[in-house]
Amino acid sequence: MERKGRVTRISGSLVVVDDLPSPQMYEVVEVGEQRLIGEVVRIEGNRAYVQVYESTSGIRPGEPAYGTGDPLSVELGPGLVGQIFDGIQRPLTRILDVTKSVFVVRGVKLEAVPRDVKYTFKPSEKLKKGEKVGPGDVIGVVEETPLIKHQIMVPPNVRGRVVDAVGEGDYTVDDPIAFVEFEGDKKAVKMMHRWPVRRSRPFREKLEPQLPLITGMRIIDTLFPMAKGGTGAIPGAFGTGKTVTLHSLAMWSDARVVIYIGCGERGNEMTEVLEKFPTYKDPWTGRPMMERTILIANTSNMPVSAREASIYVGITIAEYYRDMGYDVLLVADSTSRWAEALREISGRLEEMPAEEGYPSYLQSRLAEFYERAGRVVVEGSPERIGSVTVVGAVSPPGGDFTEPVTTHTRRYIRVFWALDASLAYSRHYPAINWITSYSAYVDLVSSWWAENVDKEWRSLRDEIHNILLRENELKEIVRLIGAENLSEPDKLTLEVARIIREGFLKQNAYDRIDAFTSPQKQVRMMKIILRFNTIARKLVESGVTVKAIRETVDDVLTDIIKSRFTISNDDLSKFDELESRLVEKLESLAK
Amino acid sequence: MAAQYFREYETIREIRGPLLLIEKVSDVAFDEIVEVETASGDKRLGRVLEVGMGYAVVQVFEGTTGITPRGTKVRFMGKTMEIPVSEAMLGRIFDGLGRPIDGGPNIIAEERRDVNGLPINPAARAYPEDFIQTGVSAIDGMNTLVRGQKLPLFSGGGLPHNMLAAQIARQATVRGEGEEFAVVFAAIGIKYDEALFFRKFFEETGAIKRAAIFLNLADEPAMIRLITPRVALTLAEYLAFERDMHVLVILSDLTNYCEALREISSAREEVPGRQGYPGYMYSDLASIYERAGRVTGKKGTITQMPILTMPADDITHPIPDLTGYITEGQIVLDRGLYNRGIYPPINVLMSLSRLMKEGIGPGKTRDDHGDVSNQLYAAYSRAQELRNLAVIVGEESLSETDRKYLRFADAFERKFLSQGFYENRSIEETLDIGWDILSILPESELTNIKDEYIKKYHPKYKSGSSK
Ligand SMILES: Nc1ncnc2c1ncn2[C@@H]1O[C@H](COP(=O)(O)OP(=O)(O)O)[C@@H](O)[C@H]1O
Ligand SMILES: [Mg+2]
Repeated sequence: MERKGRVTRISGSLVVVDDLPSPQMYEVVEVGEQRLIGEVVRIEGNRAYVQVYESTSGIRPGEPAYGTGDPLSVELGPGLVGQIFDGIQRPLTRILDVTKSVFVVRGVKLEAVPRDVKYTFKPSEKLKKGEKVGPGDVIGVVEETPLIKHQIMVPPNVRGRVVDAVGEGDYTVDDPIAFVEFEGDKKAVKMMHRWPVRRSRPFREKLEPQLPLITGMRIIDTLFPMAKGGTGAIPGAFGTGKTVTLHSLAMWSDARVVIYIGCGERGNEMTEVLEKFPTYKDPWTGRPMMERTILIANTSNMPVSAREASIYVGITIAEYYRDMGYDVLLVADSTSRWAEALREISGRLEEMPAEEGYPSYLQSRLAEFYERAGRVVVEGSPERIGSVTVVGAVSPPGGDFTEPVTTHTRRYIRVFWALDASLAYSRHYPAINWITSYSAYVDLVSSWWAENVDKEWRSLRDEIHNILLRENELKEIVRLIGAENLSEPDKLTLEVARIIREGFLKQNAYDRIDAFTSPQKQVRMMKIILRFNTIARKLVESGVTVKAIRETVDDVLTDIIKSRFTISNDDLSKFDELESRLVEKLESLAK
Repeated sequence: MAAQYFREYETIREIRGPLLLIEKVSDVAFDEIVEVETASGDKRLGRVLEVGMGYAVVQVFEGTTGITPRGTKVRFMGKTMEIPVSEAMLGRIFDGLGRPIDGGPNIIAEERRDVNGLPINPAARAYPEDFIQTGVSAIDGMNTLVRGQKLPLFSGGGLPHNMLAAQIARQATVRGEGEEFAVVFAAIGIKYDEALFFRKFFEETGAIKRAAIFLNLADEPAMIRLITPRVALTLAEYLAFERDMHVLVILSDLTNYCEALREISSAREEVPGRQGYPGYMYSDLASIYERAGRVTGKKGTITQMPILTMPADDITHPIPDLTGYITEGQIVLDRGLYNRGIYPPINVLMSLSRLMKEGIGPGKTRDDHGDVSNQLYAAYSRAQELRNLAVIVGEESLSETDRKYLRFADAFERKFLSQGFYENRSIEETLDIGWDILSILPESELTNIKDEYIKKYHPKYKSGSSK
C-alpha cells in the first residue's frame, strides 16, 4: 500500500512532511512530484523531517511525499568495480550516457548494479540441493574484473537448506541462482542484495592488524606504517598534500579493492582518477588500477545532504568486498566535509550545537565510522580473512589541529600523518611532519618486514628516525649559535639528516620512478645512507672534519639523494656501485 | 518549474534586514523569484528562502530600505532566477543582476538559463591540461595556469591585484593557438575607481569587444552580490559549452560576496560558524568556484580567476581559507615584497597551482620545467630560513654555501620575480632566468634536477666555459 504524506515546509534541503503514516527514522522518502530522494532525520508526532539529497528548488508546500519503508541502502553485487557513483550510489557515468548532459540533472533514477549485464556464474560445492547454507557462505563466483573474483555469498540475513540451484551459466543479477528454505519459508538468492548503509555488516571475529599495508611511500612504510585493517587520518591545511597522498595510497597500496570517496572536494580530482587509473598499472598485479577501484563522488558543488550519506555508502561497499576475503582500502577525502554536512543538517533541525556548531553526536559518528575498519574473520565458509583499512583526510579550518574534527578523529585512529604547511611551502612533499606524526602499528608490522624483506628493518628504521629526532633538537641550538659553531659529530648528524630528508623522505608523486618505492628499495636506500653515517662518524672521531668529508664525497652524496628518482625498483644493483664509490672515497680520507 | 503564472500579495507581516515574511500565500515554490513593488512604484527583485503552509520568507536583493508592510506588492513570479544569455552580450556592460546599463539594446535571448546552474557531472569533466602562458615568470615558471583552472588571487587592501589580473588578462595565450579568450568580468561590491580601471583597461586593449562586464559597485545593494557571480558564470557556461569559446572569468572581490552571505545568515538568525560566517559558506563558495573547467565533447572551457582581499592580510581567515580548500591553488600577493618595490609581489612559497603538473613538460613547455621549478622552490625556501638565521647569528656564522643561498634569494627576487607591467616573458625566457640564478649555487646543491637537464641547460655547460 502506498504511504503518502504532504510537504508543508521547505527550507533548503530540509523538507517537512506531514501525515505520512507511521514514518520510520532513516526511512527513504520520495519528495514532491519529481520524487526526489530523501531520508527521515527526525520524527515529531505525525510530522517527519526529511533531508533531501537533491536541490529542492521549485518544490511547493502541498506536494506529495511517499514513504518507501526502507532505510537508505546500497546495492551489492557484481558490476560495482570500475564505476563512479554519487553520494547515494547513483551511477554517474551511466547518468551521463542516459541524460546526455554534462550536468547532473535532478530526479534521475538509475540502478547502481547494472541489470542488463550477464555474468558467468560458477557455482561452488556449497550450492547443491539439500546442502545447508548460512550467511556469508560462498555459493559461487563471478569474474567481475580480471582482478576481482567476485564471491557470491549467502546474504547476512538468509539461512536454510538449498532447495533449488542453477548450474554454471550466464545470469543477470536479477536472476535467482538458488532457493533456500528455512522453516517452510522459501527465499530466492540472487547475485545481488541490498544492505542498509548505516548498519555495519556482521563478521565473526576481529583480529589484530599485523600485516603492513605497503604503500610505496617511504615515509609511510618506513616511519609511520599503516596496517591492513588499520585506521589513519591525514590532517592538513589546504594545499599540504592530503589528496595527492590519498591518490597515491589508492594507486600503489597492496590492497585488492580500493574505495575512493570524494566527499565535498573537487570534481577534477575525481576526473583525474577516472582518466588516470584505467591507464596506470597496479604494481602488484600489473593490471589497470581501475579494475580494483570504486569511486564515490559527492563533490563540493553537489548537494550537501548526500555528502553525509556518501561515507556510509562507501564503507558498506568496502565491508562487502571484505566479506569476500579481500583486503580493502577505503580513503575518504575529506571527512571534515562530512562532519560539516552533519553540522548543517543539525543546524537546520535546530539542534543544540556543541563545539563550533557541530552536533554533540559528532564524536560518536566518527567513532562508529572508524570502528567499521578492521581485519576480521568473516562469516560463512570457507573460512577467510578480510580487511578494511580506512584513511580519512581531515581539513582543519586555518590549518588548526585543535579544532573539533581533528581532535575527535585522533581518538579513533591509530596512524596520524600530520601535514605541515611549512614543508609544503618549501615543496618538501609528502609534507608529513616526522616529529608530530605517529603510527601505533610499528611494532605489529615489524615481524612481517623481518620475515619478508630484511631482518634488520626495525633497527634501520629506528636509526633513521632517531637521526631525524636528533636533528630537530640540534636545529634549536643552531637557531641560537649558528651551524658553524656546532661540534663536528653534531654537524655530521645535520648532514646525514639532510640526506635523509632530501633523498629519502622527499618523494615526488609525479615522478615515474620516485612515485612508488618497493620495500626492497626502501631498505637499500636506508642502508646506504646509514653506511655513510657509520663510516663518516668514525672519520670524525679520528679528527677529519665534516667539511672535508663533504668536499670529498659531495658528488656521491648528491647521487645518493637523487637515487630516489634515478634508480628504479628493479635496478637495485646500482646501489652497490654507488656504495663502493662512497666507501672508496671515504677510505681515502682515512689515509 | 512548470508554472509560469505569477501571484501577487500585499501581506508583509515582518521586515527584518534584507528579509520579508509574507503571510497568507499559497502555492509558492522554494527558491522562486519574487518582484517587490513599493508604494512609490520602485521595483526590486528577491527570492524565496523558505516556504511553509501559508507563509514565505523572501530575501530582497536590492535591500528593504523604503519597503513598508502596507502598500508594498509582492509578486511571486512562478520561476527561479533566470537570465537571457547570448553571444551578443560580449562587448556589453550590465548591472549585477544582468540588466544592460550601457544604453545599448536589450539582450535578445538565445536561451534563458537558471543562474544557479547545475553541478557538472564529474564523469563528464576532462582534466585541464593546456598551458596558458601569462608572461609572468612567478606564475608560468612556478605556479603554472592551465585552461579550465580556477586559480584565485589572494591579495590585501592596496596591493596591485587588479594590475596583475589585468596583465594576465592581456597577455594570456595558449601557445600554438591564435584564439583569444573571451572575458567575463564580474565586479562584486568593488569601488567605482577599481571598476573604472578595468573598464578603461578593456577599452584601451581592445579587449572590450570580447568582454562582458557585470557591475555591482560598493554603493549598490549588498544582496545583489550573491547573484552577480552566478549571473556572470551562467553566461560563461553558455559561451563555453554552447558557443565553443575559451572564457576567462574574473570575479572581484569575493570578500564582499562573503560579507553579504554573512549578513543574510545573521538576518536569518542561523548558528554562526567561524568569525560569524555561516557554516555552509564552504558549499556556497564551491557552487561558484566549481563552475569552471573542461568537459568532454565540448570545445570551450571556463578558466576562473577570482580575486579576494584577505582581511588583515590573514590567509587563515575563513574567506581565503575556504577558498583555498576549493580552488585549484592560489596566487598570494605579499605586502613585504610590495613595500620593497617588487612587482608583481607574488609570494611564491605560499602560492600553488595544483594543475601545473599536467600543463608542463616536453611538448607543452620544456622538459626541464618541473625540475627547475622544484629546485627554485627548495632553494628559495632554504634561503628564507637562512635569512632569518642570519639576522640572529650574523651572516659570518653561515657557511660559504649558505651565503650563496642568500645571494640566490636576492637574485631570485630582483631578476626572476620582478618584471614590468608590460613585460611579457616567454616560458623559455622564464626558465632561462631560473637557470641563471640557480647557477649561483654549487652544482651539488641542485638535488632536485636530473643530470641530463643540468648538462643541457646549466649555464656552465651551455656556454662551454667552466667557472
Ligand atoms: N607527494 C607529492 N609529490 C609532488 N607534489 C605533491 C605531493 N604532494 C602534494 N603535492 C603538490 O601539492 C599540491 C597540493 O596537494 P593536495 O594533495 O591537492 O593538497 P590538499 O588536498 O591537502 O589540499 C598538489 O597539487 C601538488 O602540486
Ligand atoms: Mg585535497
